Amino acid sequence: MKILVTVKQVPDTATKIQIRADGQGIQEDGIKWVINPYDEFAIEEALRIKEKQGGEVVIVALGPSRVEEAVRQSLAMGADRAVVISTDAAVDPAAAATALAAVCGEEGFDLILTGKQAVDDDSAQVGPMIAANLGLPQVTVVLKLEVDEAGHRLRAERELEGATEIVELPYPAVVTAQRGLNEPRYPTLPNIMKAKKKEVRRVSMDSLSLALDPRVTVNRLFAPPERPEPTILSGEPEETAKELVRLLHSEAKVL
Amino acid sequence: MNNLLKDLRQGIRDLCARFPAPYWRTLDHERQYPDAFVKAMTDAGYLAALIPEEYGGSGLGITEASVILEEVNRAGGNAAACHAQMYTMGTVLRHGSAQQKQWLLPAVARGELRLQAFGVTEPDAGSDTTHLTTTATRQEGGYVIRGQKIFISRVQHSDYLLLLARTTPIAEVTRRSQGLSVFLVNLHDALGHGLTVTPIDTMMNHETNALFFDEVWVPAENLIGQEGEGFRYILDGMNAERILIAGECIGDGEFFIEAATHYANDRVVFDRPIGKNQGVQFPIARAYAQIRAADLMRFEAARRFDQDQSCGEEANLAKLLAADASWEAANVAVQVHGGYGFAAEYDIERKFRETRLFQVAPISTNLILAFVAEHVLGLPRSY
Repeated sequence: MKILVTVKQVPDTATKIQIRADGQGIQEDGIKWVINPYDEFAIEEALRIKEKQGGEVVIVALGPSRVEEAVRQSLAMGADRAVVISTDAAVDPAAAATALAAVCGEEGFDLILTGKQAVDDDSAQVGPMIAANLGLPQVTVVLKLEVDEAGHRLRAERELEGATEIVELPYPAVVTAQRGLNEPRYPTLPNIMKAKKKEVRRVSMDSLSLALDPRVTVNRLFAPPERPEPTILSGEPEETAKELVRLLHSEAKVL
Repeated sequence: MNNLLKDLRQGIRDLCARFPAPYWRTLDHERQYPDAFVKAMTDAGYLAALIPEEYGGSGLGITEASVILEEVNRAGGNAAACHAQMYTMGTVLRHGSAQQKQWLLPAVARGELRLQAFGVTEPDAGSDTTHLTTTATRQEGGYVIRGQKIFISRVQHSDYLLLLARTTPIAEVTRRSQGLSVFLVNLHDALGHGLTVTPIDTMMNHETNALFFDEVWVPAENLIGQEGEGFRYILDGMNAERILIAGECIGDGEFFIEAATHYANDRVVFDRPIGKNQGVQFPIARAYAQIRAADLMRFEAARRFDQDQSCGEEANLAKLLAADASWEAANVAVQVHGGYGFAAEYDIERKFRETRLFQVAPISTNLILAFVAEHVLGLPRSY
């Protein structure tokens, strides 16, 4: 079974983000970049399917030259090879999905796995849009995935609010991973060494000749407003309770 | 920074993230060996980093190995539990017979054979190694070992011990460095057959022991290299060890500086973060500068080692500077944390105890100074 995993490189969630002076992006200097954690679940699931059923796991990534690091780390986890769509441009979800779908289509596959969303812009659109672009069935926010090779079908459990939905679908398909699907492995030293020798094919985004006019443009990013200093009431409980009710009613207007 | 070192650092961080501070804290409290961590390091191949690929390792250099150990300590762990599995095999690799290498190294690489105990120090011969009195007496087919060793680490978690013993009495050699030999002692065979292992309680969670050899039999095929040449073989491995230990010190220093910086930013006293005070932030900045300087010397020593250039001076300076820098950073971290520096749940006091060892072992700071004075500067021998 040939599985493609689309991987996005994102700032480490522990990194302190600074907004660029033009307000349209973040300052990238000094940021620690990591594989999008939801994509790690997708990589792990792909590797487990391969280990059980054989086949190939190919990473497909998109972005500037820094994404090679995330690609190398994905290969060190055990993926077989990678395709990188190189671009220095800011790419909106539709453009990313169009480019990724084009490369996936050309590469050929039985299954596309990716994270349910990326933890940088949290748009959660790229997976579904790849499926739409390729005319494939999709199942998102997946917590458990079973592959029935004989029947050529997938059985997925996906998370709903307060419930689990079980979905059966044929493949090729697109599946997006939720935290809890598995526990991603860490690379072994021999796999870190092997990763350097694995094939990474680079495709320039321009060479794909796609119409990638952005549907979303970022006008301005701004930090959430600082929280005002809290009001701490002191005194007798009877008095402070009354004062609290008054504040909630007339100041905060929640009562 | 080259990509391999970057990937190694990330790989070790990912592994160590599975063994967070409470794991080490509990082990420290219970004085237990980090079995699960050591298994993870073994299974992921890190402890075989220095073993050549033909024997099942990754064939990496001291540079990479020292970065692996650095990241373990930086993540709050203690690489001393397993660092010797990485390099004790070096004596066999450099001086062992083809047959010894063939059976031993692949098993060490797979972690099936633990060779991480090294028997040199004795109650009356610490830094003064050539005066050790443990003897190996030649008999038909092998040697009989008599004597005692002290502060021999990880014996209870090793299958073999690399032992230095005197095979020719000191009175019969022209130089006292002659007449010493290196043996591989099968600990499973030796225990109950002349070898007694007595654990020594220490101020940190580090398994170390006194060993008593009462006519322990070692077959002749377990002699490494030539009889009488053992001291030279042991010295050969010392530079590598110095550089690896420097890596651990630097990792400790980074741990302390990261913890101190975090706490100084977060802790509010007199309505402002304590890090706003120069009296708090300057010592952290100075400790950081010292770690960075030691780090440069570590990489210089490792580069020379990996390029087969002489590196005795650099390896010793790297160990000295890194151990001093980590100790300074430890003191700063305790001071910045105030009372919490002494509370186990902040991990500062545990790492403080652990990093203190590097002033004393595997070589005392004074002996490095004596080496530099005599052999680098040409001053008279002081001891």
